Formats: sequence, structure tokens, C-alpha cells
Amino acid sequence: MSYLPNFIFLILLILGGGIFLRNILQIKRNINLGRATDRKDQISQRWKQMLRIALGQSKMGTKPLAAFLHLIVYVGFIIINIELLEIVLDGLLGTHRLFAPLLGSFYNILIASFELLALLVLVAVFFFWARRNVIKIKRFWKAEMKGWPKYDADLILYFEVVLMSLFLCMNATDFLIQQQDVPHFIKAGSFPVSQFLLPLFDGFALETLLILERIFWWAHIAGILVFLNYLYYSKHLHILLAFPNTFYAKLVPDGKFEVDQNIKNEVMLMLYPDQTEPSSQGEVPSKFGASDVFDLQWTQLMNAYSCTECGRCSEACPANLTGKKLSPRKIMMDTRDRLEEVGKNLNANNGVFKPDDKQLLHDYISAEELWACTSCNACVDVCPIAIDPLSIIMDMRQYLVMEQSAAPQQLNSMMNNIENNGAPWPFSNQDRLQWANE
Amino acid sequence: MKLNVPTLASLQEQGQKPDVVFWVGCAGSFDDRAKKITKAFVKILNHTKTSFAVLGTEESCTGDPAKRAGNEFLFQMQALQNIETLDRYGVTKIVTTCPHCFNTLKNEYPELGGNYEVMHHTQFLKSLIKEGSLKVEGGVFKGKRITFHDPCYLGRANKIYEAPRDLIQKLDAELVEMKSCKSKGLCCGAGGAQMFKDAESGDKEINEERTSQALETKSDIVAAACPFCTTMMTDGIKHHKQEDQVKVMDVAELIANANNL
Repeated sequence: MSYLPNFIFLILLILGGGIFLRNILQIKRNINLGRATDRKDQISQRWKQMLRIALGQSKMGTKPLAAFLHLIVYVGFIIINIELLEIVLDGLLGTHRLFAPLLGSFYNILIASFELLALLVLVAVFFFWARRNVIKIKRFWKAEMKGWPKYDADLILYFEVVLMSLFLCMNATDFLIQQQDVPHFIKAGSFPVSQFLLPLFDGFALETLLILERIFWWAHIAGILVFLNYLYYSKHLHILLAFPNTFYAKLVPDGKFEVDQNIKNEVMLMLYPDQTEPSSQGEVPSKFGASDVFDLQWTQLMNAYSCTECGRCSEACPANLTGKKLSPRKIMMDTRDRLEEVGKNLNANNGVFKPDDKQLLHDYISAEELWACTSCNACVDVCPIAIDPLSIIMDMRQYLVMEQSAAPQQLNSMMNNIENNGAPWPFSNQDRLQWANE
Repeated sequence: MKLNVPTLASLQEQGQKPDVVFWVGCAGSFDDRAKKITKAFVKILNHTKTSFAVLGTEESCTGDPAKRAGNEFLFQMQALQNIETLDRYGVTKIVTTCPHCFNTLKNEYPELGGNYEVMHHTQFLKSLIKEGSLKVEGGVFKGKRITFHDPCYLGRANKIYEAPRDLIQKLDAELVEMKSCKSKGLCCGAGGAQMFKDAESGDKEINEERTSQALETKSDIVAAACPFCTTMMTDGIKHHKQEDQVKVMDVAELIANANNL
């Protein structure tokens, strides 16, 4: 009987961890639906990029206030997670504040700093909430943020408030119990923040406090497990995926777009039929460009899962800024939504995709959005975790042009001109040097 | 003053090879506004007695607008043909006044077999000053307010922010920055093949927005370093009816004017 809580805790932990693992594997499977691309080169450069951008948050600084608040929540969550280790061990072993005797007075410093960080996180979260809901910063209220994306953003903040509050209430009730010399509840910890919560529990009987403390303790750890599993459904997934995403992000200059090697072979065959082995790779691509998530590279799909919908890309986008339909953030959100839809389709059909008469192009992203892009790289440059919406736009344009000949008429003229006279305008190439004599 | 514009073919006939090839680009060859930039740059090349040549009628579009419009096939056709021409002349070093040509030649040709040292004309002019063959003093621009519009394919795409600014500062001018500059610079609206089509419907044109930012700086001159930006910014200034007060000029034109070329 006395081991019942330990047992329940173990079940809870296995359940929470198990579902989380299943979610992660599902994401991995979905990302791997993308085309192969080799990103295993220059490993040391990649590590540096990840440490600099993800761990060091080097690209957050352009908005100093947001960067500061974000840093508090980020550091807060990482450090408070040390406490989580003790909570898990306490839960499994049936101990209470297991680390206290081992760490001595350092334990008090540790708990005190957790409490201060928890308070700072609460303050930061309040500012984040106010920026979204009171100040209503424009990028949080664009068209693609209606409905679930808006709820999701708020829900994450509420989650954090609840978790931090439970942590502080747990400490407050524990502190009151400690003062009444209850054997299991050793005198440990220093509570610079939760001491201000004591009036809330003033005059409660010891029995009530004991029950409350357990409720807070259990709700806190259960809440963390729920939050962990909420990530899969949320834009908050960036806390995990920012790391691989920056690791595998492209290392070449922003201006260098991918040169399709399959097409190169085709072009070589046309230009130099004598010198080119026909289909030396044996690969004539089945499709040029991208019309659905299967045609994108896995890194582009990981980009979609990593996006936390902060909207800096759309704020910087010249097309979006001047009222065009294009929003780079929406490109990423659409890609994730379509990928999720495909994932559910796979789940429902034993892992075999059943054609659903839908695709990323048209059903999610319209040609009008794609044609509004100036390829200026502002979205790519500004993304705090190195997401590349531009590459998706370019791949989809390629499909429109090479598979469907569906470019705007003026672009068709431009391309005809290049093909016929080597310039985007209808001038004869023989006049190329006229300027020198004018 | 008659321009001296040798072609690679004519030099080869005389058994000569230039130090650098000036890649003029389609805008620089055919667009009336951009041709002035081309000529200004050539005047500087002549003035500094730089050994250069152009491809002339053998030059063809790099393929940049085709690639950005989604036609990878046409891009590669253009690229491979240009590479064949360049390699036939044994070209090793290229300078261009167009950031789009610059980016494509520098970043996208190597994978197709074309490996050259490629410089944007602002970098090249800076190197001419450094080696002493070009001297720049303020002249007509002394004390003028000049703001610089970063071309996306020079700035963000290739992280070249300082070369054009260093040149402007040589003019003894007051360089003022727009609220979005360098890596945050706002596009003029022409990139990604937008130059060749009407914009999708929206609240306003991108160049109107960008020139608003430029006008906020109360500059006498908007400096650019790209033929497409120059056109877009000029049109934007006209939209705001400021063309009598504010001029849009390429950095090469500023340098040429300052030297009375």
C-alpha cells in the first residue's frame, strides 16, 4: 500500500514519456517524407552555427526587449528543469527533497534561485501576453494567426503561468509544513518568493496543508508531462527543433540557390550530346519543383515543424509589408499543416499514403502568394532559428513553370526573350554594345 | 569623350588578354537609365587605365531572372553557354555593375563548372582606390546628404555592406542611413523577376514604401548599386513627386561625376 504513489508515479512517467516518444517518432517519420539532401558536410561549422544561433540566440538581438524576455523564459526553463530531476527521483523513490542532505547549504541557494527564476518567468510571460493581447503587436494579428495559432500562442503562456504557480505554491505549503516538524518533511530550501504566498494558506490545518502540498506537487509534475506532449500540437516545438534546425541549415551565402543537378544532366545532353553520357545517373526526375510536401527536402519540412510563428519574416517581407497576400510565416504554417494531414493519412492507412486529391500548392498555398515574392531574403535573414521560407517558394515556382507552364504572362515573355535573344527584353543581341557608341 | 570599350574578341585578335572582364549585364546594355551607369563605370576604367574588356555580342543573360521565376532549365542553358564563352577566352576575373549578375556568376556558376573571381563594381572601385590608381575627392558632392539603398543581392545575399558606403564617404558627403538598412534593408521590389511583371495586388507598390524611407532621411541623393534598384527608386521618387529635389544615382556615377569624368 505504501508503494502505491511510487507505482502511480512510475506509470505516469512511462505514459508521459511514452506518448512523447511516439510523437517524436511521428515527427521524424513525417520529416523523412521529404527528399534527401546531404547536410552532413562541414560538421564543425554546423556545430558552431547551432551553438551560436540556437543556444546563443544570436539572431534574437534585433528586438532587444523580446530578446531579453525570451532569454529569461529560456534560461528559467532550462535551470528549473534541474529541479525536475529531484522531483522525478522523489516520485520514484518516495523521498522528499532528496538532494537537500546531499547538497547542504548549496541546496538552499539552488531552491532560492529556482524561485527567483520562476518569478522572473512569470513577469516575462506577463509581458509576452500583454504584447499579444493588450498592445496587440501587428505581427501577432496577421491573417494567418486567426483561430488555433492565436489560441496556441496564448495557451503556451497560460501553461507556463500555471506550472510556475504550482511550483511556488508547492514550496509555500511545504515551507509551512516544515515549520510544524513533520518527520517526512525535512527542513530544507530557502523560499524568497513563495514566502509571499504564505498568507494564502494562513490558518490551514496541517492535514489540509499536507493534502494541498501533494496536490501541488502532483499537478506540477503532471502538468509538465502534459506540456511536454502538448509540444507536438503546438508551435512551441521550436524549443526542441531549433537545435537540429540550425545544425542542418544551409551554410552557403543566402544568394546561392540550389542548382538542380538532375536538370544539369538534361541540359548537358541537349547542349553537348556528344560529350554527355545519356542519363549517367539514370535519373530523369519524375517531377520538377514542388507541388506537395513529398517534393520538398526533409530540411524544409523540419523548418516547418520548427517555426514558432513569431512573424518576424512576414514583418520584414516587402510583399507582406505592402499588402500582398504573401506571408512567409504562412508558407511555413501551411507546409506543416499539409505535412500533418499527410501524416494522419499515413496513420489511418497502415503507413501507405492514400491519395487525397489535395496538395500543398493551391489547396494551401496559392500561386498569387508565390508570385509576389521578390526573393530578397529578408525572411531568411531575420529568422531567429534559420528557417528558409524562400526555398519553398522557389521550389513551388519551379513546379508552376516547369511542370505547368503556369507563369504570369509577362514572365513568359521575359523567358521567351532570354531564350530567343539572350536578354529579358526583346532587343537583338547584336545591339548589345550599342551603348558604347551612343 | 570617346569611350574605349575593347571586346575580348578584338583583344584576342591582337594576341592580348585583359586583366578583368566587365560583365555589362542586360540592363546595363539595353536599359536607357542603366546604360548611363555602364558608361560611368567605363569612364572610370578608362581614366584609371584599367586593362579590361567586355564580351559584347557574345554576352548573354546570366539566367538569373529565369531561375528566380522558376525556370531552372533555361537558367542552366544560359549558364552553361556563358561558361563555355568565358572559358574559351580563359577568363579568370569578372567585374559587374549588376548585383544579380554578380550573385549568379559568383555563387551559382561554380556548380555548373564556371569558376571565376567575381567582383561587384563597388568592390572593384574600392580596390582601385586602395592600389592608388583612382583618387576620389568630394567635388560636387561635398557636404551633400546621401543615403544608400542596399541591393538585396549585394547586401543580404552576399553580405557586402561596406564597399559602397566606403566609396560614398570618400566623396566628403554625409552618409545617412534609412530606418531599414544593411541586413534589414528593404527590397526595391524588382528582385525575383518582379522587374518584368506587374506586382500582385496590395495596398501599394514596394518601391513607394522604400522611397518613403529614403525621403525620410532628407537626403539630396539616393545612392544605389544596382540597375534595377536605380530604376525602381527613380520611379518611387517620381511617385512622391520629389524628382526635382532628390536624385537617384549609382555609386559609379557618383565617383565618375566627382572626378569630372
